[in-house]
Amino acid sequence: MAAQHGLEAHSHGNVPIQTRSERPRSTSVSDFPELSNRQEIWRYVPLDRLRGLDKEVMGELTESEVTAELASGTSMRWVDSTDPLVGSAGLPEERVSAAAWTNASKTLVIEVEAESETTDASFLKIAPNTAEAKALHVVVSVGNHAKATIALDHLGQGVLGENVEIVLGDGAQLNFVTLQEWESGSTHVSTQFSKLGRDSSLKHVVVTMGGDLVRVVPAVSLSAAGAEVNMYGVYLAGSGNYFEHRPYVDHIAENCVSNVAYKGALQGVGAHTVWVGDVLIRESAVGTSTYELNRNLLLTDGARADSVPNLEIETGKIEGAGHASASGRFDDEQLFYLMSRGIDEDQARKLVVRGFLSEVIQKIGIESIEQRLISAIEAELEKAGA
Amino acid sequence: MTTLEIKNLHVSVETDQGSKQILRGVDLTIKSGEIHAVMGPNGSGKSTLAYSVAGHPKYEVTDGQILLDGEDVLEMSVDERARAGLFLAMQYPVEIPGVSVSNFLRTAKTALSGEAPKLREWVGDLRDAMGNLRMDSDFTERNVNEGFSGGEKKRHEILQLELLKPKIAILDETDSGLDVDALKVVSEGVNRAHADNGLGVLLITHYTRILRYIKPDFVHVFVAGKVAEQGGAELAERLENEGYDRYTKAAV
Repeated sequence: MAAQHGLEAHSHGNVPIQTRSERPRSTSVSDFPELSNRQEIWRYVPLDRLRGLDKEVMGELTESEVTAELASGTSMRWVDSTDPLVGSAGLPEERVSAAAWTNASKTLVIEVEAESETTDASFLKIAPNTAEAKALHVVVSVGNHAKATIALDHLGQGVLGENVEIVLGDGAQLNFVTLQEWESGSTHVSTQFSKLGRDSSLKHVVVTMGGDLVRVVPAVSLSAAGAEVNMYGVYLAGSGNYFEHRPYVDHIAENCVSNVAYKGALQGVGAHTVWVGDVLIRESAVGTSTYELNRNLLLTDGARADSVPNLEIETGKIEGAGHASASGRFDDEQLFYLMSRGIDEDQARKLVVRGFLSEVIQKIGIESIEQRLISAIEAELEKAGA
Repeated sequence: MTTLEIKNLHVSVETDQGSKQILRGVDLTIKSGEIHAVMGPNGSGKSTLAYSVAGHPKYEVTDGQILLDGEDVLEMSVDERARAGLFLAMQYPVEIPGVSVSNFLRTAKTALSGEAPKLREWVGDLRDAMGNLRMDSDFTERNVNEGFSGGEKKRHEILQLELLKPKIAILDETDSGLDVDALKVVSEGVNRAHADNGLGVLLITHYTRILRYIKPDFVHVFVAGKVAEQGGAELAERLENEGYDRYTKAAV
């Protein structure tokens, strides 16, 4: 892993930052250097597609650009970003996140009442009305022992710098889904901070289907004992798509469980995906169990998938820790098997790709999203005549 | 009545050391209702024959013909061959993660008959066929070949044979790796497809064991990429007693 030079590294002398937890944190844009591909966290990103998200000043997303359909027990309001809720789950570790943070004067708060339980999902549609750089700050707060499902759907054409904070009370259970279904001409950098209460459980799902540059960085801090996080990701990248996902799990408290599984399919010249999975098990995180996985299926020539799992372990007293990463070409033997049963090539490809992604899709647990996703995948495969 | 004719078939495969010839002029004719056993030592080209008929891209036909009722099979894509009535039960069927057996079978049946099977009828056929092969009903919810035991893979191949109802089937070492009970169950499946649908069978095997349960009308001994001898069921008995030594020595 290439070293990253940041604020504190310089104040320590010229020692590069080695561990994920030592990255500097600040809400001030000027605390972070201008972006460059020489910095580890930006090394793959086509910076020319950022469209102003790294600038000190940008606009902000307004109420009219968000529509909601809320389940019972879940409410939504806009507050000033000076509200103490803001910053309760984390702080920016890089310039784009800091820029989104400081430019969002209002924050969208989605709250789930303590002890309320519903199997219905709340859907929020985030559809910018112009494609200028805009900031958005969202806080999702789930009360003690509440159980909820919340989906953020990003669509249309937009340039969005976003911070999402997810705070789970003790014993709370949240199924959170973030969908990126952007049209071309869109850029989206989303930094997501999750803080889990004691014995709480978060299912964090990322689905990325469209956008010129989409970068989602979901960080989960397991700072209370007995918390569990399952992080899933599905992406389908075509020509002109750059998708980057950097899940990060910080094991701090005892007896926490994390499981990360991302799967992606790529087709077409210039399709590029990056997955960097960081898991840190601190000395205090005795009894940790963790596993992270990334698999990529390259359907055509000219597509590129980078996959980097990083596991840092500071204690030997853990239940288990593992990771797996693989990127492979389409398996001709699978195609042959299906075709030898009379299934034509187009359909056989679709079956294989759908099958490959379905392991993760089935985990979403929201029927309407699963169905939509399967249709979107089929349409995408159709488009490329794969 | 269907006839599969293999004429003077020459096939080679690409290897790191260049093109390697495997089949050197194979002649075989299989008609509906006939059971042919192709036997031979390892490396004689038995599996190459099976995959060449099915159209695996790894094998290149350099000479000869394959005709199904006079139609040129070599001009057909893999799926077209299946729709024309050919079936290959594979020795090592591949795993297809995330695709359930139930989805796979229904998709294949739909592709072969050109329309989706009537649900009620299909569910009944599936249940009966699985019962005959002593397969648990939850088998259909599993992903194709994923985590299947050797026996389960072979039963799944024969389940397809019975449900998809091809005209001519090639069974590539379906007996390998099976215990006696599984061998009997699988053989019964082949015999049912033969009796019910007039299936023509090309049974590729290294051992004579399966021929106790599936009675061949013709036996062909395969050595060094071509048929070295042919006869009736009695030839298999002779091989049982004498092995392949006689042929392999002659070939050297």
